[in-house]
Amino acid sequence: MSLVLAEKLTKTYVSGDVSVAAIKGADFSIEPASFVAFVGPSGSGKSTLLNLIGCLDHPSGGKLTVAGTDIATLDRKTGAKFRAEHIGFVFQDFNLIPVLTVFENIEYPLQMVLEWPAEKRQQQVLRLLEAVGMSDQANKRPDQLSGGQKQRVAVARALVSNPKLVLADEPTANLDHDTAYRIIELMKKMRDELGTTFVFSTHDPKIMGEAETTFTLEDGRILTNGKDSSKEASHV
Amino acid sequence: MFNVLKMAARNLSRYRRRTLLTLLLIVIGMIAVLLFIAVTGSFKQMMIGQITDSVLGHIEVHRKGYVASIDNLPLNLNMKPAAVAKVEAALKEIDGIETWSPRVKFGGMFSNFAETTSIRVNGVDPELEAATVPLLAGRLMEGAKKGTLVAKGEILIPLLLARGMKTQVGDTVVVVATNRDGSVNGKTFVVRGVLESISGPGGRDGYIHIDDARDLLRMKDAEVSEFAIRIKSPSQLDKIHARLKDALNGVANNEGKPVLEVHTWADLSPFANLARMIDVMTLFIKIVLVSIVLVSVMNVMIMAVYERIREIGTIAAIGTPPGRILALFLSEGMLLGLFGTLLGTLISLAAIYGLNIWQVNFAFGQQQNLVLAPQIASSDVLTIAGLVIGVAIVASLQPAWKASRLDPIMALRHV
Repeated sequence: MSLVLAEKLTKTYVSGDVSVAAIKGADFSIEPASFVAFVGPSGSGKSTLLNLIGCLDHPSGGKLTVAGTDIATLDRKTGAKFRAEHIGFVFQDFNLIPVLTVFENIEYPLQMVLEWPAEKRQQQVLRLLEAVGMSDQANKRPDQLSGGQKQRVAVARALVSNPKLVLADEPTANLDHDTAYRIIELMKKMRDELGTTFVFSTHDPKIMGEAETTFTLEDGRILTNGKDSSKEASHV
Repeated sequence: MFNVLKMAARNLSRYRRRTLLTLLLIVIGMIAVLLFIAVTGSFKQMMIGQITDSVLGHIEVHRKGYVASIDNLPLNLNMKPAAVAKVEAALKEIDGIETWSPRVKFGGMFSNFAETTSIRVNGVDPELEAATVPLLAGRLMEGAKKGTLVAKGEILIPLLLARGMKTQVGDTVVVVATNRDGSVNGKTFVVRGVLESISGPGGRDGYIHIDDARDLLRMKDAEVSEFAIRIKSPSQLDKIHARLKDALNGVANNEGKPVLEVHTWADLSPFANLARMIDVMTLFIKIVLVSIVLVSVMNVMIMAVYERIREIGTIAAIGTPPGRILALFLSEGMLLGLFGTLLGTLISLAAIYGLNIWQVNFAFGQQQNLVLAPQIASSDVLTIAGLVIGVAIVASLQPAWKASRLDPIMALRHV
């Protein structure tokens, strides 16, 4: 069973009399434990698609199922609960909470969202810190870290609640190439160790080559080999 | 909820400058209000105590119309023995009344054999008067403070009169009064003491024994000009006043109209208006405090939400429920109010304690060297503290609500 299944998915933004179709009838599926990239130029709809998969936005048409749930049925509250249980996020700008330490940033979803007991939280955070190679930086604040280190912390935070799916919107855009490559490698390693599905967007050709499955987007449509496609993914 | 409070406390401790500035505003507001209430409250209580315990008593009973003409001390409006008996019977029936003192009041001429001036005199039963207005003896600046307040043939005179007439304790003086029938009578007295003058009605009166007053005024019957009444608990004043009024309403003339009137000290003393003004000022200061807390906490929380929009977008995206985001910001506001209140209260109580140790003297009217002893009731502290914390929460409500309703996508895009 697919972890993500989109059928004739559309998303149109309406502002006054102007409507802009950001996603135009996308059909695709993402399997569990896969390593997937959405690629395409700026404005092609990558972020919109990730927002839809991440239940941060609602589709205008078609159907999108994530972990067996039709996301159109989720409201603000149930959407938050669904994200907390099933989805982790990695952001282009890292989005670590500046006043919290590395440890506290990773702990945040367990403490404030899932409300795990303190001892269990500590074990899980230490495990993730170890996994992303940041154990020795646990007490530092984000402003004391490099870009690559921040993104490692962000990956750890995304994985700390054991989600089925991690969505990363341009996770390497603010990193130099070597660091970007190491982050992608880290994500792949975590996928291998934890079986988590990673879906990321990028417009960097070198990074997109690291994905096992690539969906190419252009003008709101999913293309394969430059053609308008509905379902097939290009495997690299 | 504990996690939310913990996170809110952590956020406040790490956004240190903003937190300290807000706390400072709340603390200053708390100190201003609590000190103001303590100082003005003690001033008010002291002045009321001076008035009730050294001159007026808590309640006074007169014959109808007497208070309207009280400046003239009209002898024709004294209570007759029948009315006096009814008043005393009513006073005995009311539990909250501690004691009372019948007085004969009149205006006369005071002479030291060289000069003459006017004087207002109270004829009193010394034991009853001392029990009803226990601070009267404390006003004696010269003369024997122990023993009977004023014996037959003795007079207590006000300080200003003593100075003006160059009269001293032990001097013989004459008091001349016009009787009810228009005839004049005089009587010699020995000055037993000189009384400190105090502000308000009766504060510059002389005192003689009630028998001497009746003798001087050639009263055939044991008439009384007024009853000064002391109640057991001043907080019961209104209740006892109402009961006494009801009880004495039954004392009527031939036309069935009440012949007596009952007044509290506040009805008789102009200081009551000053006391009311102090209450209004206290209320005004409380409103200012509430405004300071409201504006400062709201300002801080609005700025906190604005500056942390991306943070809010992030925590919303990773699944923090809107209700918990609301609770987080409300908790930050509440904790600001709570810590500000605690700190402000501690500093205020320390300052009040300090003022009681290093006593501050002040003068009020003719009264010199009054000692300021500020005190504050725990109910006042709790009320102000509750108000500040409540206002801090209310002030956080709008920013917290806004934070909880932010669209995560828009918030994450915020620069």
